[in-house]
Amino acid sequence: MSDCYIYDALRTPRGRGKKDGSLHEVTALELATQALQAIRDRNGLDTGEVDDVILGCVDPVGEQGADIARAAVLKAGFAQNVPGMQINRFCASGLDACNLAAGGIMAGQTELAIGGGVEAMSRVPIGSSGGAWPEDPSIAIPAYFVPQGISADLIATLDGFSRDDVDAYAVQSQTRAAQAWSSGRFDHSVIPVKDALGQTILARDEHMRPATTMQSLGALKPAFAEMGSLGFDSVAIQRYPQVEAINHVHHAGNSSGIVDGAAAVLLGSKEKGEELGLKPRAKVRAFGSIGSEPAIMLTAPAEVSKKVLARAGMTENDIDLFEINEAFASVVLRYLRVMKLSPDKVNVNGGAIAMGHPLGATGAMLLGTALDELERRGLTTALITLCIGAGMGTATIIERL
Amino acid sequence: MELTQFKWEQDSGGIVTLTWDTPGKPVNVLSLAAVTELGRVAERLAEDGAIKGLVITSAKSGNFCAGADLDEMAGIAGGAGADTVKTAFDTMMGIHHVFRKIETCGKPVVAAINGTALGGGLELTLACHHRVMTTDASARIGFPEAQIGLIPGAGGTQRLPRMIGAMNALPLMLESRRIDPAAALGIGIVQQTVAAAELLAATKAWIAANPHPVAPWDRPDFRIPAGGPFSKSGAQVFTVGNAMLRSRTYDNYPAQRFIMSAVYEGLLVDIDTAFKIEARYFVRALLSSNSKAMIRTLFHSMQELGKGARRPKEVARTEVRRLGVLGAGVMGSGIAYVSALAGIDVTLIDTTGERAEGGKNAVTKLLDREISRGRATPARKDEVLGRIHPETRFEALRDVDLVIEAVFEDRKVKAEATEKTDACTPGTAIFGSNTSTLPITGLAQASRRPESFIGVHFFSPVDRMGLVEIIVGKQTGDRALATAIDYVAKIRKTPIVVNDSHGFYTSRCFETFTLEGLTMLHERITPPLIENAGRMAGMPMGPLEVMDSVGVDTGLKISRAYRAEILKSENPGPQEQIMAWLVEENGRNGVKNGKGFYDYDSRGKRQRLWPGLFSYGATSWRNDADPKELMRRLLTIQALEAARCYEENVITDPRDADVGAILGWGFAPFTGGPLSMIDTMGAAAFVAQCDSLAGKYGERFRPNRGLREMANSGETFYGRFAKRRAA
Repeated sequence: MSDCYIYDALRTPRGRGKKDGSLHEVTALELATQALQAIRDRNGLDTGEVDDVILGCVDPVGEQGADIARAAVLKAGFAQNVPGMQINRFCASGLDACNLAAGGIMAGQTELAIGGGVEAMSRVPIGSSGGAWPEDPSIAIPAYFVPQGISADLIATLDGFSRDDVDAYAVQSQTRAAQAWSSGRFDHSVIPVKDALGQTILARDEHMRPATTMQSLGALKPAFAEMGSLGFDSVAIQRYPQVEAINHVHHAGNSSGIVDGAAAVLLGSKEKGEELGLKPRAKVRAFGSIGSEPAIMLTAPAEVSKKVLARAGMTENDIDLFEINEAFASVVLRYLRVMKLSPDKVNVNGGAIAMGHPLGATGAMLLGTALDELERRGLTTALITLCIGAGMGTATIIERL
Repeated sequence: MELTQFKWEQDSGGIVTLTWDTPGKPVNVLSLAAVTELGRVAERLAEDGAIKGLVITSAKSGNFCAGADLDEMAGIAGGAGADTVKTAFDTMMGIHHVFRKIETCGKPVVAAINGTALGGGLELTLACHHRVMTTDASARIGFPEAQIGLIPGAGGTQRLPRMIGAMNALPLMLESRRIDPAAALGIGIVQQTVAAAELLAATKAWIAANPHPVAPWDRPDFRIPAGGPFSKSGAQVFTVGNAMLRSRTYDNYPAQRFIMSAVYEGLLVDIDTAFKIEARYFVRALLSSNSKAMIRTLFHSMQELGKGARRPKEVARTEVRRLGVLGAGVMGSGIAYVSALAGIDVTLIDTTGERAEGGKNAVTKLLDREISRGRATPARKDEVLGRIHPETRFEALRDVDLVIEAVFEDRKVKAEATEKTDACTPGTAIFGSNTSTLPITGLAQASRRPESFIGVHFFSPVDRMGLVEIIVGKQTGDRALATAIDYVAKIRKTPIVVNDSHGFYTSRCFETFTLEGLTMLHERITPPLIENAGRMAGMPMGPLEVMDSVGVDTGLKISRAYRAEILKSENPGPQEQIMAWLVEENGRNGVKNGKGFYDYDSRGKRQRLWPGLFSYGATSWRNDADPKELMRRLLTIQALEAARCYEENVITDPRDADVGAILGWGFAPFTGGPLSMIDTMGAAAFVAQCDSLAGKYGERFRPNRGLREMANSGETFYGRFAKRRAA
């Protein structure tokens, strides 16, 4: 099996995913295009050498539909021989796009590829693609479908995380993200989104609230209590009947933010990199995905991490830094508990609670964040993982060269 | 036209009135014969140029159609194998074909709904182009199918949501709601309501004004009201609807999920394709053992028992005109209330005038509540109250037909009441005891006429519970039994007849459920898991909540009495210890004092489990027990007790066991009752399950001899019973 090297990784800033968000005026196609152009330009790529462009996108309808990856390849001015493919594994799509590219390279069938993702959530709202899972009674009812917020609250209930526990984690995410930005840790990888006139529209993540405190979060009402009372709490309890009542602790302040953004990661074989004069930054040690119980939905990161660690012949102790997507605070707290990790190694520069979670792009963004931080700290290994809708998890282990 | 199910009348203007009149029945049923004739009518309509339109109405008073012919359906479902499936599917598609011919015949077809229209009857009206309904407030429309494990099968799951939107259509079908003409008009199922006398004129006027109607879904610009499953509102309807359905039913009722699926899948395609989807789900429901058991118990058996199936035929029909009720407490006043509602004069006796008046006041409150909900008028209240006469003197019983005692549950008190009554009542009066536990044969010893002494066991709250358990003592005579059954029919409740035994039938079986819950608590299974397992098994409440509503102190008293009198034991079992701990160490008697296993608010509404409960016992609670195993235990122990009652001759008719279990204590209705549950499972499988549970949890699960015989012979309770009846 060949090695898969990571040559570069970058992302757009994350714009607030509402009408007043800076990126709301920018099409999803344009976001993806600028990410592809940036990775081409700063690596001096002859795009004709790229075997594939794989982009994650979770709601591939409307402007994000009809294989946005191919459209972005064409709009970015890549050579016409470069194909594009859009994939969807919900929240891990961006990481799975990189894994899929890496798999082709490791198998010797791909030499150079771009993985990444895009999601303009202010323009194509979450849930726009509909789907059988929540709606078709033949699966929704037997699979105990509940919205993710209920699952996150169920985790908090079962694991005994209090409102204070999850709020404290959220404050930490904000503090770490603010510190990372102020000390310039994202400068290398965040490319400004520009308009056609060359003006910068957005250069920094704009979802962050660095002033967040326990008091300010304490004022927020639980976001999923009402939804739970419609029947979803009962569904969750029927799946976990040891629970008497769901403790609703999550709200907008301790859940991932809705944002717009795109990311791109350049991966390739050792030989292709040498041929093109690219400098490898890390290699992909192992990756994989897993299915888990779909009602609680968000517990697979630990399961898939163990699976992928075992494949790499490693243990938790061999990993220097962890990035687990901050879908909800309880997801991270449970991961810390199950994996027995020190919080000092996990999400050290904050995460999606502070900076937002552009669904299809986040996985690729986390990969880049982990790589940058390994370099900054002079460390070697990182594990990136995300929880996924319908009970799945994806993880990737990278090793700096 | 020559028709047997309908009358055909063509007026001078070319409008045909088709009057439905199912021969030999008080209500119309949508039989296959009726469907065939409707097909001929549709053809004639399309072909005959002189005919301008059709009005469909009914000759039955207050009834348009009661629904499909369930016996005919049962016949279709009775076979086995692929042929049965094909026949059933073809039959349903045949109905769709006829209804579709009516809908697309090119001429206006209008339903003049002159009375209640249910199920298939309502579906026929949906295939008409316009619906005019009587304003008669007692008329109803609705889809009762899901109540007996079926789904609307004559187009209802498709036409209704296309007419009024999925959000309005689904609850009507899922919850079998029946709505009155005003509500039907409001929701858009009928387009007009008029006085019954004006129905024909209104329908004919519409026909004249609309010579070429097209069903909305046959127009090219048709859109589903409020949108299909993937519209914004549709996504809400189905996503939340699925959760609400599970939250309400624990997914124990396949038919309800089939309704959801038929609507969801049907709305994604054109209506003709949608009918195929509906037909497939209908046939799945029809052929399921689940619907067969539900139809048998909740339709046929209930009707048969209500009509006096268990009545001694030799005794002439009796009529209770005057009733004496002894004891004006909760039960006594409830009995007085339901009896007065049925037109019976009630003498309500208690030891003091104040108490007797108190009973009447309780009835006043019940009537006021009915008035506030629009279900009674002040005039009706006066009329009902006028029939209740509070009294302290037993002499007031001198001309009663029946006396029901609802005095304190104590042999001495009951004996005294019996003697005093005997001294004053005419020799023809029947004496009924509303005891819930004390054997009737023993109580009858206080009577001078034990042949006239019988158990008449009501359930609480009397006005809402539809069952009365009639207990036949050793000496109870046929006239007493006939009188009790006739009386129960008159107050519009369903009687079951059981033989005397400790706890009779209902209390005895029901008690196994609560005891099993307490045993689980003793096994350190975490209380929420016990409670959720009970609800998920299909019981209306978890066993601990049930204990609270019965009264933990009452349970403790019964347990101690049973131990002293029957078991002759000094040592309380773990279940009794838990009750004693709650009642005597923590003052928690249940709902009655707002404190039991749960906490209750001032109106008696259940709050969370009492946090202190978790401090009971020393070892940690187990939350890893398999919920399915707990559910199995909770249902099996009840069904096994019912099987024992059958073997011991407490139960002599499986219909009594199944109807009594569902109406009396809410035994998982989707099973069709405990004996149906065993029949559906097969006695061999049930016996194996019992033996396995006995191995793990104790001898109380060991199956009785009769069950083992059935397991060996492959017999069923209903099969055995049919044989016995034929013999």
